[in-house]
Amino acid sequence: MLEFKMPSLGADMEDGLFVQWMVEPGQAVRRGDVVCVVETQKGAVDVEIWDSGTIARLIAAPGQKIPVGQTLALLAAPGEPLEAIGAGPLSVGLAAALPASGAPATAISPAPAAAAPEPAPDARLKVSPAARHRAGELKVDLSRIRGSGVDGAITLADVESAAAGATQPTRAAGMREAIATAMSRSKHEIPHYYVATDINVERAADWLEKLNAGRPVTERILFVALTLKAIARALADVPELNGTFAGGAFCRSESIHIGVVTSLRGGGIVVPAVHDVDRLALPELMGALRDVLARARAGKLRSSDLADGTITVTNMGDLGVETVFGVIYPPQVALVGLGRVVAKPWAVNGSVVVARSMGATLSGDHRVTDGLSGARFLAGLREQLDHPEAL
Amino acid sequence: MSANEAVKSRERIRAAVYEAILAIAPEADLEHVRPDGLLREQLDIDSFDFLNVLVGIHKSIGIDIPEVDYAKVATLKGMLDYVAERLERS
Repeated sequence: MLEFKMPSLGADMEDGLFVQWMVEPGQAVRRGDVVCVVETQKGAVDVEIWDSGTIARLIAAPGQKIPVGQTLALLAAPGEPLEAIGAGPLSVGLAAALPASGAPATAISPAPAAAAPEPAPDARLKVSPAARHRAGELKVDLSRIRGSGVDGAITLADVESAAAGATQPTRAAGMREAIATAMSRSKHEIPHYYVATDINVERAADWLEKLNAGRPVTERILFVALTLKAIARALADVPELNGTFAGGAFCRSESIHIGVVTSLRGGGIVVPAVHDVDRLALPELMGALRDVLARARAGKLRSSDLADGTITVTNMGDLGVETVFGVIYPPQVALVGLGRVVAKPWAVNGSVVVARSMGATLSGDHRVTDGLSGARFLAGLREQLDHPEAL
Repeated sequence: MSANEAVKSRERIRAAVYEAILAIAPEADLEHVRPDGLLREQLDIDSFDFLNVLVGIHKSIGIDIPEVDYAKVATLKGMLDYVAERLERS
């Protein structure tokens, strides 16, 4: 028998609101299949299963608030008879989790998201500027409003009527709270150190322009994708920056899953991870980045996007920022900050030349590493970006 | 191309460009965007969004805007003029 449990979708998550099952008893599932939807402070998340087997019994019910680690369903392992499950004795923790009287143990009112019709997966909200502004003032979650304007656009009146009827905390407020919790924990627990440098990226930018010149717009590679690859390569030489710190000890990760800080149009951020960045060829990496950013912006992230980042990158270059010193996302131990790419005068071989430059920083956890590791990482990043053709 | 056809073509381009931008930034009020101001700054569009706008234009009008021309399409007016010119040439 296999137990499928509420996953932890980030260090700041304590529980999730169960929204719906996407499977039914008797159905065969494979590792990676989306089996249910859970509402978190970061929005609704498609939860994937980690085991292959057959669904034997669904335990979680829509509307239940369920702690991380509690069993959601029982599965028969491949080859195991389905009938044996459900009749058999339950583990102690599991028995406690099951409602004794048939009523949900932790029943709360069903989430509005569960009752409302699902928006198209990739639809972005249509909101008038005035309505958006008012929603910010009233702390109204735009994603929960059905617009009455043209093409379902949300109008000022829609926002005000929603605010009048709103009694539950909104998703935007929930996300703010989640960010506050994670960042407070980080600044409380993690003694940060910071190192910064300017990197001459003329060769890398020039190389990428030439590569992109031969590629259609649909296959074009962004500079940030090239930089992510360079970061992953540089981490191979400074593995003490890649992993998690828990229970007083650092656990190094063999895989490099880079969390990418992503701003959402409705406000707030999410940090979905691009997996195995060091192993992906550049076009594959761009594809993976495109997929995960599209899911993040559509509010349709998967559990694997949120669960297992080993380091985080924040790229504020698009906002014109030259240098960003980021706050480490616990339980990770380092964060890379990228600034904008801008032409600057550089001294090269005794002459002053104009070359494109990018500010790069490393925030490190002083419990795990010293500034030397951060300095070695930035030197490695510069080295990687000096040889873009090898990335 | 007659004057009438030119106006129609211009309207078609405007509709396609607006649609591509609104797919990314649905709340954008394009009638009140400064036509010669940077689109990315006015609409909070990052490099990933900008690429998606260009992909949208490519899908609807069939024009592939190369990276070397990004500076020409950084404003709404620049983008509309650029697309019109490319269509005329093709």
